[in-house]
Amino acid sequence: MKTSFTAGRGVYYFLTGMIALTFLLPIFWVLYSSVAPNSATSQADGFGLGNYEALMGYGEGLGTYLWNSVVVSFVAVGTALAAGALGGYGFARFNFRGKNTVFLLVLAILMVPYAALLIPLAVWMNKIGLQDSLVGVGLVLALFQLPFATFMMRNAFEAIPQELEEAALLDGCGQLKAFWRVMLPSVRAPLITVGLFVFLIAWNDFMVPLFLVGPKNAPLPLAMVNMRQQTMGVIDYGITTAGVIVLAIPAVVLFLSFQKHYIRGFTSGAVKG
Amino acid sequence: MTTQIPAVGTDAAAKARKPPNRRKRAAGTRREAMRGWAFISPTLLLVLMLFVVPIGFVLFMSASDWSLLGGFQQANGTENFDKVLSDPMLADAVKFTLKYTLLTTVILMPISFFLALLVQESRRWNNFLRVAILVPSALGIASASLLFYALYSPQVGPLNGILDKLGIMDARESILGTPNGALWATVILIAWRFAGYYMILTMVGLQAIPGDVYEAASLDGASKISQLWRITIPLLRPTIAMTMILSITGSLLAFDQFYILTKGGPNNSTMTVVLLIYRYAFETRRDLGMAAALSVLVLVALVVINAFQLRALGGSRKSD
Repeated sequence: MKTSFTAGRGVYYFLTGMIALTFLLPIFWVLYSSVAPNSATSQADGFGLGNYEALMGYGEGLGTYLWNSVVVSFVAVGTALAAGALGGYGFARFNFRGKNTVFLLVLAILMVPYAALLIPLAVWMNKIGLQDSLVGVGLVLALFQLPFATFMMRNAFEAIPQELEEAALLDGCGQLKAFWRVMLPSVRAPLITVGLFVFLIAWNDFMVPLFLVGPKNAPLPLAMVNMRQQTMGVIDYGITTAGVIVLAIPAVVLFLSFQKHYIRGFTSGAVKG
Repeated sequence: MTTQIPAVGTDAAAKARKPPNRRKRAAGTRREAMRGWAFISPTLLLVLMLFVVPIGFVLFMSASDWSLLGGFQQANGTENFDKVLSDPMLADAVKFTLKYTLLTTVILMPISFFLALLVQESRRWNNFLRVAILVPSALGIASASLLFYALYSPQVGPLNGILDKLGIMDARESILGTPNGALWATVILIAWRFAGYYMILTMVGLQAIPGDVYEAASLDGASKISQLWRITIPLLRPTIAMTMILSITGSLLAFDQFYILTKGGPNNSTMTVVLLIYRYAFETRRDLGMAAALSVLVLVALVVINAFQLRALGGSRKSD
């Protein structure tokens, strides 16, 4: 260590460190800015949480927006996991006519731009009783992630040896019981990857609720964007920076705790987003 | 046809007559099919209700008078398409979207390739670098855009003062106030947000290249640079093609970053095609028929572009 640390290595660590800093600096800045004094914000003098207090009372209240985000995220994650796991198992383990057609149909979702679906959905959701509905937003977000979830889970189930399942069936488990007791526990890691991914996308998304719900039902990202759009000329940058931090905390914490799952999700090649 | 029907009939009859083994097997496959359908039924329900029906619906809407508030009025053939195609905004939006796509891809691809080369070896310092570069991709595009919106603002952002000192612009001007400023500001945001994502994809491709190829080249006296050109880049072509497709498709459909950062301004200079769809539907025209028509055009264009790109990707795979 002592001998290998030459000037060249020093330069290398300095330059690569600078690259890392370039990517981290905007995040540090927004964190600093959200508590730093600025006469144009609710934190006029001295460091403090004035901007966060202002965010609490903004619009319908931070609590409402956070709750909306939680509802959307949970519906999206629950639906994607349920449909992905059941469908993935169906596609991996059963042979029947029409299977490939349905699978291709699921993959076709990747080819379609969000907007081309959101325009008709803005009308169609009314007809199926999901107008201005957070559950509707969650279901649409789950649909957009369905190719990823199905592909990932099908591959996971295909990798499990057939004998494991046959043994369970011979032991008198029904198909559903075998699925629940034996198959699902063996695909825990892919399930976590899918759940994490869908959560991050649903938590951060603002385009789907923009098309499908009104301002009162806005999840937090849309609520923050709406402030930028609605208040003509006067934008509270203090609330904006505080909002970015509130949005970023769960996303960054989950990312840091599940990096491996996250990277595996990225590289599976079926992500839309 | 006529000869086939009795043939099938006799086959079925034979099946029915031949007990019990065959019948059991037929019942078995039928039961397997039923179970298969049962397992994929949630998927099927979602896909039908929220994908197949809406796609049919958007086609129908694109051929109808359909206002945002009034709903369906009447069928109108290709009128919406005529209106969309004769809108001067469309040509500008297409031009800008292509320019933005070219710029983003040309900037993002080399950066992520370089970063992937930098961090591909698994070492502690490299792991730290990877995580640092990937953190922005955990933020949504909306959060990232809002972050940069504050960063670029003259009121709270630090950049105006810095650019003023460098003599590039006046501190009271807005970075997003000029067409070029708005474009570059968005490209920088996207490069920051996505570099890590493409870096990881490229890195996985790099790690798939067997190490002994490089060893053999080193023994033959090939320099690092010539190894890069002669081995890495040719073997990485499928990965490069894939990341390019993702970047091109994503940029062609750009919406969030422009909706938040520039709203298409100043003076509609950063209007993308998808932003125009939104405008038709909810802002300027409040005409869902026109929005649907443009959506259909984008959908068709994207399918064509993707098919073309996938063929190019397939071709490069074959030639390797």
